[in-house]
Amino acid sequence: MRGLWALLPLGFGLALWQAAVVVLQVPHFILPGPARVGIALWENRALLAENALVTVTEVLVGLALGAVLGWVTAIGLALSPAARRLVRPLLVFSQAVPVFALAPIFTLWFGYGMGSKVAMALLIIYFPVTSAFFDALVSTPPAWLQQARVMGAGPMRVMWHVRIPAALPGLLSGLRLAAVYAPIGAIIGEWVGASRGLGYLMLLANGRAKIDLMFATVIVVAVLTLALHRVVDGLATRAEAARRG
Amino acid sequence: MTAPPGLCFSGRVSVGGVEILAPVSLEVPAGRWTCLLGASGVGKSTLLQCFAGLGDGLVLEGTARASDGGALQGRVAMMAQADLLMPWLSVRENVMLGARLRGLRGDVARAEELLRRVGLEALAGRRPRALSGGQRQRAALARTLYEDRPVVLLDEPFSALDVATRARMQELAAEVLRGRTVLHVTHDPAEAARLGERVFVLTGQGLSEVAVEAPEPIPRAPDTGETLAVTGRLTRLLLDAA
Repeated sequence: MRGLWALLPLGFGLALWQAAVVVLQVPHFILPGPARVGIALWENRALLAENALVTVTEVLVGLALGAVLGWVTAIGLALSPAARRLVRPLLVFSQAVPVFALAPIFTLWFGYGMGSKVAMALLIIYFPVTSAFFDALVSTPPAWLQQARVMGAGPMRVMWHVRIPAALPGLLSGLRLAAVYAPIGAIIGEWVGASRGLGYLMLLANGRAKIDLMFATVIVVAVLTLALHRVVDGLATRAEAARRG
Repeated sequence: MTAPPGLCFSGRVSVGGVEILAPVSLEVPAGRWTCLLGASGVGKSTLLQCFAGLGDGLVLEGTARASDGGALQGRVAMMAQADLLMPWLSVRENVMLGARLRGLRGDVARAEELLRRVGLEALAGRRPRALSGGQRQRAALARTLYEDRPVVLLDEPFSALDVATRARMQELAAEVLRGRTVLHVTHDPAEAARLGERVFVLTGQGLSEVAVEAPEPIPRAPDTGETLAVTGRLTRLLLDAA
């Protein structure tokens, strides 16, 4: 019953969409109705699945690499004040460069294949992951650190046994953000230059005036992003519960 | 545990040029329980931190050392008002935290024995979250004992507990820490009267020792005439200084 209630807003949205198309008499090459898009989804299911697989792979690889790289950076920054002075301004500056502007350069460097899309996904999540984890790592309750020092711990063991577990919520909130950002990175990468993937399919459908297919692709992207967010959020919530005991 | 040294402090402490402990001189006898009583903000905890070797912007002009001339590092354990239990570790793992932080394997049998001594053996596998405030402080006491250091610094460890729990914790701590050099910072005159073999009062005017005539071993009963008289005297001193 609760599942049905959750579907209600979706049904309402679809009804509103169909009504707009009918009432405003929008031509279907501008805004196809949900029925047309549904048909496009079904008819192109193999094509969509094939390209979705490519994009999902790029997103997952980018997510994994970006998360690990972000965590390592955050730990390095938290351990070394010198690294903080040296690297942090660079990190902030890198955020001032629009990711979109870098996409063509990445295509040049890493080619038309998956490499450049993985790099885009990685880049777009790297900063949020790093900064969320870093902020958590440097806000360990001072009393815990003092206690660890009195117990005779060196900085590495304090990091491993106190600061990292204490910063787990920050690590996980960075990961939650990354799950939403990573698909954006991959899609941008595919727009700039690709022969496979949902971003590529969007442009292709657009170029061939298959607007219903384009909308179908957008829906697939949205559903995949939501699913990824759900999975990561679920895992993160579980990890938090396990930590609290 | 090696033979406990006494503690000697002499000097003043500042942070960023602001004095947070006016010049004082304190001798803590070896192997005894010494209470340092004073109002909040008078610098009691700062004095304690000097013995624990916690830098953090504290500038000590003077000395804080062991009476035997040896280094204090590695001979000190500390217990604070906050239990500082790691929420992601079980009670047993929390007791053995020191070993983990020194890169050693924890001695489970000893941890269990200490937990039995503080009456927590049944909760060894639980997370701190499942414990009451009193139980958490017991776990922190077991962790302090696991360190097995000759000098124990207590920074108002019982002040967040309700009266009955606090009284029981005072008795337990006095029993299990016997023979160690204990420097116990507190703002509670009744606590100092129950536990202090020596009692010092730190006020804005400086440090003074209050004689505790009762030769009774600690923990003293909270309701004898002697304990109440000392409590009253200490309270009066704090009142007059305020």
